[in-house]
Parts: sequence; C-alpha cells; structure tokens
Amino acid sequence: MEIFGVPLNLLLSQVMLGLINGSFYAMLSLGLCIIFGMLDIVNFAHGAMYMMGAFFTWMLGHYLGIGYWPSLILAPLLVGVIAIVIERVLVRHLYDLHHIYGLLLTFGLVLVIVGIFRGFYSVSGKPYPIPEALTGVTNIGFMYMPTYRLWVLGASIVVCFGTWLLIERTRLGATLRAAIERPDLVATFGINVPRMITLTFAFGSALAALSGVLAAPIYPVNPLMGESIIVVVFAVVVIGGLGSIIGSIIGGFVLGTLEGLTKVYYPEASHISIFIVMMIVLLVTRSGIAGK
Amino acid sequence: MILPEKSRATLYLYAALFLLGVLAPFVVYPMFVMKIYVYGLFAVAFNLLFGFAGLLSFGHGAFFGTAAYATGHAIKVWGLTPDVGILFGVLLGTGLAGVVGAFAIQRAGIYFAMITFALAEVVHFIAMKMPLTGGENGLTQVRRGMFLGVFDLSVPLVMYFVCFGIFILAFLFFLRIIHSPFGLALRAMKDGEDRAISLGYSPPRLKFQAFILSGMLAALAGSLKVVVFEFASLSDVHWMTSGHVILMTLLGGVGTYIGPVFGSLVVTFLEDYLSFLGQWVTIITGCIFIVCVIGFRRGVCGEINVLYDKLRRGRAARQGDPDTTRAEQAGE
Repeated sequence: MEIFGVPLNLLLSQVMLGLINGSFYAMLSLGLCIIFGMLDIVNFAHGAMYMMGAFFTWMLGHYLGIGYWPSLILAPLLVGVIAIVIERVLVRHLYDLHHIYGLLLTFGLVLVIVGIFRGFYSVSGKPYPIPEALTGVTNIGFMYMPTYRLWVLGASIVVCFGTWLLIERTRLGATLRAAIERPDLVATFGINVPRMITLTFAFGSALAALSGVLAAPIYPVNPLMGESIIVVVFAVVVIGGLGSIIGSIIGGFVLGTLEGLTKVYYPEASHISIFIVMMIVLLVTRSGIAGK
Repeated sequence: MILPEKSRATLYLYAALFLLGVLAPFVVYPMFVMKIYVYGLFAVAFNLLFGFAGLLSFGHGAFFGTAAYATGHAIKVWGLTPDVGILFGVLLGTGLAGVVGAFAIQRAGIYFAMITFALAEVVHFIAMKMPLTGGENGLTQVRRGMFLGVFDLSVPLVMYFVCFGIFILAFLFFLRIIHSPFGLALRAMKDGEDRAISLGYSPPRLKFQAFILSGMLAALAGSLKVVVFEFASLSDVHWMTSGHVILMTLLGGVGTYIGPVFGSLVVTFLEDYLSFLGQWVTIITGCIFIVCVIGFRRGVCGEINVLYDKLRRGRAARQGDPDTTRAEQAGE
C-alpha cells in the first residue's frame, strides 16, 4: 500500500522516528514551560541542562563505571543540584526585572557551561552504548523498531503525563498553580514560596537532564548538542505558547511527527520544517495556539 | 539635547574621539581598530532596536553574516568593486531583515527574541548547505580592490580611513534616526505602547521600520567586515555572533549613543589579547555577560551618564540655576 507514492511501512517508520524526536521536544518544552510559569523567565540554559544530563551519564560511565540505569536517576539529580545553586546565586536577582533580563542572564550561563565542556572535551561526539536490556529490535506489528527507541517513546510519554498529573491533579500542583497566580497570597498560608520557586527551577532542569540521559545512547554526546535542540524547542514553544503544559507536550509530539513526515517527502527541508510551521502559525495567528 | 551645557560636552567628547580615531592607526595596529569599528557599528545597529525600540533580537548575526557572504561573493566571484559589493550586501541583508522582521513583530518580548533566534538558525542552516558560502571552509581570499575608483584598499592606511569614514557616516545616520520624529515615536512606543497608540502611532509599523533600519546597519557592518578581513565564515551567521553583539551593547550601555562602540572595544580587546586561552575565552565572555545582567545593567556609558547628571544636579542645586533645574524636573 502506498500513500502519495511512498510505501506505507516506510511512512510509518518515519512517523515513529519523528515521534522519538518529538519525545525530546515535548519533554524539553514541558520543562521550559514549567520554569516560565513559576519564575517568569525563559531559560536559555535549558539546552545546556539537557547537554549536561547526557554528559554526566557519559562521565559516570566513563570515569566511575556507573551504568545507564543508575545514571537515569543520578544525572538529573546532579543537574538539579547545579540548578539550585544557579537559581540561588544568580537567577533570584532578576525576579523584579523585565523577563528579557532572565533570557540574557541564562544566555550568559550557556556560554559559561558550554565553554567549560568545550574546554575539557572539545566538540567531538562521545559514544555511549545502549543498555543491554534494550538492545535489538522489537516487532510492533507493522514494523521492526529498535527497542531502545521504543523505550524512549514510552518513558517520555510516562514522564510527560506524570508531570501533567502532578501539576493539574495533586495538592502540590494546586499549590504550585496558586503560587503562580498569587505568590503573596500563597505565602500568607505559610508556604515558603521562594523555596518553591527554587525547587521548580531544579525540577524543570532535572527534566531536561533526564531527556539528556535518554538521548545519550542515540545522539552523539557533545557540548553543542543542547543548543542545536533548544532552537527547535523555542520554535515549538512559539507555536504552542508557554502558557499551557498540555499544549507544550502535544505540540512537541505533533511537531516531531511532522518533522519525520517531511523527511519522507522532502528530506532537505526536514531540518527546517518546524521553523516553517512556526512562520505559518505566526502569519495566521497573533497569539500562540494554546497560549494565553 | 535639552541641556545646552550637556550637548556642548557631548560635542567635545565626539571631537576628542574623532581625533583619537585619526591618530589611532599610527599608534595601534590598524586591523585591531577596524575590528572595533566593524563590531561597534554592528552593536550600534543592535542598540537602535534594543535600546530605542525595546526589541531584543537574538538573530542579528543573520543580517551581518548574510551581508558579509553577499559582499564577499559579489567581489570575489562577480569581480565587482568593493563599493558596489557593499551596496549589494546591504541590500540583501536589509531584505532579509524585512522578512525576519515581518514575522518577529507578530509577537512581543521573549517570543520576539525566540523567533529571531529560530529564524537566524534557519539562515545559518541554509548558509551551511549552500555551496557558494564555502560551507565549513568559509569564503576566503576576497580581494579588497579599488573603492569608488580612487581609493586603493590594499594599502592598509587607505583601508583604515575608508573604514573610519563609513563608520562615522553610519553613526551620524544612526544619530539622525534617533533624533528624528520617527526616533522620538520609537522611544514613546518603548515607554508606553498603549500611550503611543492613543497618540495615533502604529506600533507594528514603527517596530517593522526600526527592525529594517537596524538590520540595514547590521548588514553594512557585515559588508564592511568582509572587505576589511577579506573573508566570511559560518561563524558570522552563528548565534554566537548574535550573542556577542548583545554583550557589547550591554557592556557599553543599552540606549546610550556611543556605548556599544565602547563595548566593542572591550570585547575585541579581550578576544585579541586573550586569544591564547582558546576556548576558555567563551567562559570569560559568559561571566561578563552574567555580571552585566545582574549588577551592571546601565553599562559603562550609562553609568557615566548617571554620574554626570548627579554632578550637574549637585552644582545646579548649589547655584540655583533655574535653567537646569527646570530641565531636570522636566526630565524626571
């Protein structure tokens, strides 16, 4: 069976690959969205957090012999701690200022973080093996899919949905949302809002680091990997708006799929397909689809 | 420009700087000074948009780099003279700024910054794939040739004064924009968009025009860059270039006139004299960035302005000078 001259199974396999990319876009824009909601800054260093997650995974394995599964917890924890330090020492000075300064500060952070990793490891990619339990391929009915990629897709759906549940359906999430609306009022209920802000920044950054760990075995681990993905995530966020969590998740998956489809029909344009969608959306609307 | 004494002081300052510019090539390595002009002009262009219209562009490297490639290609491959080459580069860069600007002004604030960043990445991607940019190798060995048929740019001093002249003309053009009714409308819009609308201005149009003018000056800087350094490379369209120009402006003083040029001087100095550090320079640049954002948002020239005003206020209060005190009140 063919669709527009392309065999169905080729089409489906590209859609699946697109969904994998979409998993990363979704997780990263979700973190960006949570941080923006609470701190009112767009974290330019989000890509650097993702890169650090992948790099710490590689370093834990390379220097300490710690495998993939412990790294899945350890790397995000490490990045979370770094994020707490960054928030307490630097970012907190900016809350009373226009949010453009947050973007500028975190851009400076990118230069520092990427510079450190480039200084020590240059720009060549570091290979990271796929964990043994997830090697090989799995038959998913219409095609054979590398098991590791299936795991990435599954893990990302669980993480995204879990985060959504946490924020929209739990008491903690309700407090968080209340603190976004009226920090002053929430503080009078005896809740430590500044600590909540710090932990939100750490959580969002850890989420980026977790995507970095998931990415380590399939994308080359190098200091510039964060910047090349964050620019796409920015486009996703411009399309979906930073105001809605579910919007950023769906936006990430849909646009990743679209990128995969472009690869089938017009490979040259696949790298810029998401940017073209962004331009079309900008022309058609005046505020993000699911945004404010 | 309200205070006569202040404008006189400014005039003296510009005269001194001009003299410094004339003498500089006999004291310092001319290439170094020209680099300050090229990136200074680029930062002035960025400042026109950020400092006076309040729009933060994270993609100005796209216009700078595109113009550099276009001028370089026109001179090297088509054999055009540098003056026509620069004109071609500026045209192309301005056209690109028109396209990017039309999309970017659809959103405000951080979204504006993200859109410009994303579109600049598209330009970078295209530059990487297009054969005529030379890909990773860049466009090298662009010969300077004769400027306007009279000036032989292969002579270093001639090149220097042509570069200096273009820089001054462009800077005067910038001052003209800022002091025109258009420039005042821009600042009114930056301070209060709603108020500007109620006065009959159209912010989208003002933003678009400012974007194009800023892109045009950035393109001129890019064209000048390829003539001076005889090469254009992928790093000219890279986001790092866009970031550098933000840093220069921030460091020198956002919304000041000459500040961005000063920022260019500092950053160029750091890059040239710390180049032995290699990759580690990026970390230093990043640290300066962070320090500027957290504790030094007025920049060097902004701080000097504040200091100058404070001194004047003290003196005016002592003398009871009615002229200045009235102007002060109007200014506050």
